Amino acid sequence: MIPERLVNLAILAGLAGVALWALAVDTPFTITLATRAAILALAAVGLNIALGIGGLVSLGHAVFFGLGGYAMGILAYHAQTYTTLDLGPLSVTGSKSMPLIWLVAVVASALAALLIGLLSLRTSGVYFIMITLAFGQMFYYFAISWGTYGGEDGLSIYVRNGFPGLNTLDPIQFFGLCFALLCLALLVYARLRAAPFGLALNAARQVPARVETVGLSPLRLKLVAFVISGAITGLAGALFADLNRFVSPTMFSWQLSGELIVLIVIGGVGRLMGPVIGACLFVLLEHWLGALTAFWHIWLGVILLGIVLFARGGIVGLLTGKAGPHV
Amino acid sequence: MSLLKLEGLTASYGSSQALFGVDLEIAEGEVVALMGRNGMGKTTTVKAICRMIQSGGHLSLEGRDLHPLPSHRVARLGVGLVPEGRRCFAGLTVHENLIAAARPGDWTQARVTALFPRLGERLSQRAASLSGGEQQMLAIGRALMTNPRLLILDEATEGLAPIVRQEIWAAIAALKRDTQISILLIDKSVREIAGVSDRAVIVERGRTVWAGAMADLTPDLSERYVGV
Repeated sequence: MIPERLVNLAILAGLAGVALWALAVDTPFTITLATRAAILALAAVGLNIALGIGGLVSLGHAVFFGLGGYAMGILAYHAQTYTTLDLGPLSVTGSKSMPLIWLVAVVASALAALLIGLLSLRTSGVYFIMITLAFGQMFYYFAISWGTYGGEDGLSIYVRNGFPGLNTLDPIQFFGLCFALLCLALLVYARLRAAPFGLALNAARQVPARVETVGLSPLRLKLVAFVISGAITGLAGALFADLNRFVSPTMFSWQLSGELIVLIVIGGVGRLMGPVIGACLFVLLEHWLGALTAFWHIWLGVILLGIVLFARGGIVGLLTGKAGPHV
Repeated sequence: MSLLKLEGLTASYGSSQALFGVDLEIAEGEVVALMGRNGMGKTTTVKAICRMIQSGGHLSLEGRDLHPLPSHRVARLGVGLVPEGRRCFAGLTVHENLIAAARPGDWTQARVTALFPRLGERLSQRAASLSGGEQQMLAIGRALMTNPRLLILDEATEGLAPIVRQEIWAAIAALKRDTQISILLIDKSVREIAGVSDRAVIVERGRTVWAGAMADLTPDLSERYVGV
């Protein structure tokens, strides 16, 4: 079997290699597909902190993805229409600057994760799943009824937002930006998992009562993980909206939350590169099978079934021969 | 002033009352044995001290009432528990078990592995794959890494091979000799317990029925209340 470190490097090199190959043969659409995979992987890396380390099956992570998307959409909308955003006593101008948009997306998602986490983490199991799902639906229907920003039709942004020193309209440069953020998130994930915080979170997933006896609060551990997780997924949402130059309520949909879980399960729950390989496979299937049939999700379902039944460690587990995600 | 003080401690499991008035005091650096037959309330007393069950009466650590605090806050105040049945974090390695909840202080991984050299040889091994004795050593080491002021050992040698029990008793003796940690011991091995404890407290049917210096615990008392 292949050592996990080698598998990890190969997956990252493969994703970057596809984008560079597409640049060489001048197929910008392939670069866009690679960018989509990188962004979905980033969102799933965020979820993997809550799900993979903390064991929190959240069916509401689309909330953070959508908040990130709408943070981008709202700021860019006001910038392109030269209008101001009125927040009670405050009147804020829009922005086309990606770093500022990312900051707003991350802060908004983290705050939402804090509030949702405070309420939902007092429950566990199916109740936690249902509460997170309920929050997702609340945001989804709010976005549908929010006529100012397009309601059900969504909101189009004419020009991609800017990043200092880069031409973000150039697909390979935008891919590079997303890929760099993905690598950064993977680094955060790896460091977090091996740090005492990650180990305690892992232990809290296994036996919360035992964690309390050594002076740690399982609720606090899970809440911090949920907030970090939500913030990373929110950042991915802002990038996703920038990729499509469009935001809509579907970014809040429970199907998206489900897809993020599916990506992780396919790649390997709790594995560093699980979300990345899962996202790559998802985008490949969506592109190839989606061109053949509108019912391509059936084949995704078959793959998911196969993984769950015969490869509990996901694709990474299959390649490394280790079912567990332990470092 | 006592480090830990229990006065008239009561506790219940739902509608079933288990403790009716436990009195116990432990001074800084003291080793106290909590004795009694099975089902008399020893582990329940430990759970009440660690705030794992609801209790009434007086329960304080250095004069601070522990009743309003959740379990993890009591642990952070310096109460380290080695629970009955070892209970390490099975999915983590020995090293990870030790650092997961470590807090700053005199106890480091190097000091724990000096106390239990077997752990030093198995740092990268998962806790689940350790023998029962090694898991017990790890449970004690993990509690020490939180740098406790009071260490509670609940049946620390139960079900272990004689040679491993000897190692654990030697480690407890070393803790008494070399540190200022107070220890509350629960164990069925009266002979070993007598060797390391300064005082004993006997509970029967959820009440303290005898407390005194270990030297004053006569065979008669031991036979009557502990059954050994």
